[in-house]
Amino acid sequence: MIGFLQNIGRTTLAFLAAIGRLSLFTLAAVRWTFLPPYYLRQLGRQMVDIGYFSLPVVGLTTLFSGMVLALQSYTGFARFSAEDTVATVVVLSVTRELGPVLAGLMVAGRIGASMAAEIGTMRVTDQIDALDTLSTRPMQYLVAPRIVAGTVCLPFLVLIGDLIGVFGGYLVGVYRLGFNPSIYLSRTLEYLEISDVTLGLVKAAVFGFLIALMGCYHGYHSGRGAEGVGRATTNAVVSASILILIANYIVTALFFG
Amino acid sequence: MTDQHKDSTPKIVLQGMTKSFGDKQVLRGIDLEVAAEESLAIIGTSGCGKSVTLKCLLGLLRADGGSIRVDGEEMINAGRHQMENMRQRFGMTFQFGALFDSLPIWENVTFRLRQRQHMTRQQARDAAAETITQLGLAAHVIDQYPAELSGGMQKRVALARAIADKPEILLFDEPTSGLDPITGGVIDRLIIDSVNRLGATAVTISHDMASVRRIADKVAMVHNGVIIWCGPASEMDNSGVEEVHQFVHGLADGPLTLAAQAEARRG
Ligand SMILES: Nc1ncnc2c1ncn2[C@@H]1O[C@H](COP(=O)(O)OP(=O)(O)O)[C@@H](O)[C@H]1O
Ligand SMILES: [Mg+2]
Repeated sequence: MIGFLQNIGRTTLAFLAAIGRLSLFTLAAVRWTFLPPYYLRQLGRQMVDIGYFSLPVVGLTTLFSGMVLALQSYTGFARFSAEDTVATVVVLSVTRELGPVLAGLMVAGRIGASMAAEIGTMRVTDQIDALDTLSTRPMQYLVAPRIVAGTVCLPFLVLIGDLIGVFGGYLVGVYRLGFNPSIYLSRTLEYLEISDVTLGLVKAAVFGFLIALMGCYHGYHSGRGAEGVGRATTNAVVSASILILIANYIVTALFFG
Repeated sequence: MTDQHKDSTPKIVLQGMTKSFGDKQVLRGIDLEVAAEESLAIIGTSGCGKSVTLKCLLGLLRADGGSIRVDGEEMINAGRHQMENMRQRFGMTFQFGALFDSLPIWENVTFRLRQRQHMTRQQARDAAAETITQLGLAAHVIDQYPAELSGGMQKRVALARAIADKPEILLFDEPTSGLDPITGGVIDRLIIDSVNRLGATAVTISHDMASVRRIADKVAMVHNGVIIWCGPASEMDNSGVEEVHQFVHGLADGPLTLAAQAEARRG
């Protein structure tokens, strides 16, 4: 019994310590992002990696999601003869919800993992210590560029993903379900509001920040050896994915209210 | 070389420095003094805490207690700014090189130079080439990446990076381990030159007793988290301490058994 309570106590303490460490890390990361020197080359490298090289993954994900969404909503709405809402359902779901969340989760897998693995390897091979001895703050050189790149690139990725997703819905709507192309398009735009797109982009920026933060945090605090880096990578992806889903609800609720 | 500096403040003073990881106490009170322009070698069995000692000295790991003074300035609770200023006076190499994988050799070698002063690409490349040729590497190596080099070449590049801007104090963590004797000799000469000609202070961790005899004025042996012996290199053979005798002569029998090491590591 005592052992059980001790275990709970220890776990709780460890959890609180981790929260504290994460908060401090986040504050430091944000603070150092705004203070010079700025490592623009690092930033450029990260933007290319996150923004450009994630395009295929995000494009494919949203394309097929838009397509399946058109099919499913057609099936549903046909039951009460509301088939012509398909275009509207597709565009609203994709811009408000599926675009940012799916792109966020895919990028979390791709980028969160690679950031944690790269920074974690630098930690276990003393490269982060070496930076410190070479008059360079790891927070500014490694963490800040990744966080900026994540926050800035995700909205652009999602915007492109939105277009591709809507296009996927259009393909299915026109070629499979037999909608008239110009009617489908006008339906798509008819009920879409700027705020729908904005909501999606705000979410994307938040997700991008969280993905980079988790990748950097877990890499930075990686345990020793290959095993430590492996664990850091897994933790980065899992925690980023969970945080994305939580943040998704919070942001939606804030815009809703 | 130590004598004329006896009465000036020592460069580095460690007193009762302790460090634990979880409930494993690695350093139990390290006391060490290094005078200016002195070359100290630290010896001791693997895992006894030599690397941790250097990392605590530079604040890369936070020591739990004791005193760390650099040029008389207390660093144990130093703020970030003070710590950064202190580190500028040091050049350090790590046991496994710690070169930046994503940068070519010339950017590795001139990394700190270029943080501190503006250099054109050509100036930086020239500076890198000059430094690595001193270490017996071919100049064209500057365009390669760390992963393309052999372990020994990486070690030399790491050394070049540490000395490129001629810091006052040099810390070398096993600079010659895993190298052939000739390359080892080149590195030893570089350390000796840095101390004798450039007036640097050097602390070198080494297992290679031949190299220790060449480079060191003073030798300190770490065992069970404390310095069990510290004295002039010339007295290493007559220390009267069993552990030192065993280590220096590489004897299998003696107080330093593998079991004792495992014991110490468990804390
Ligand atoms: N970051 C760390 N976390 C936990 N234990 C560590 C860490 N760094 C070193 N140690 C432990 O401290 C002891 C001393 O390590 P080290 O100083 O690297 O030995 P060496 O004398 O061979 O350089 C070892 O038992 C090692 O496992
Ligand atoms: Mg070591």
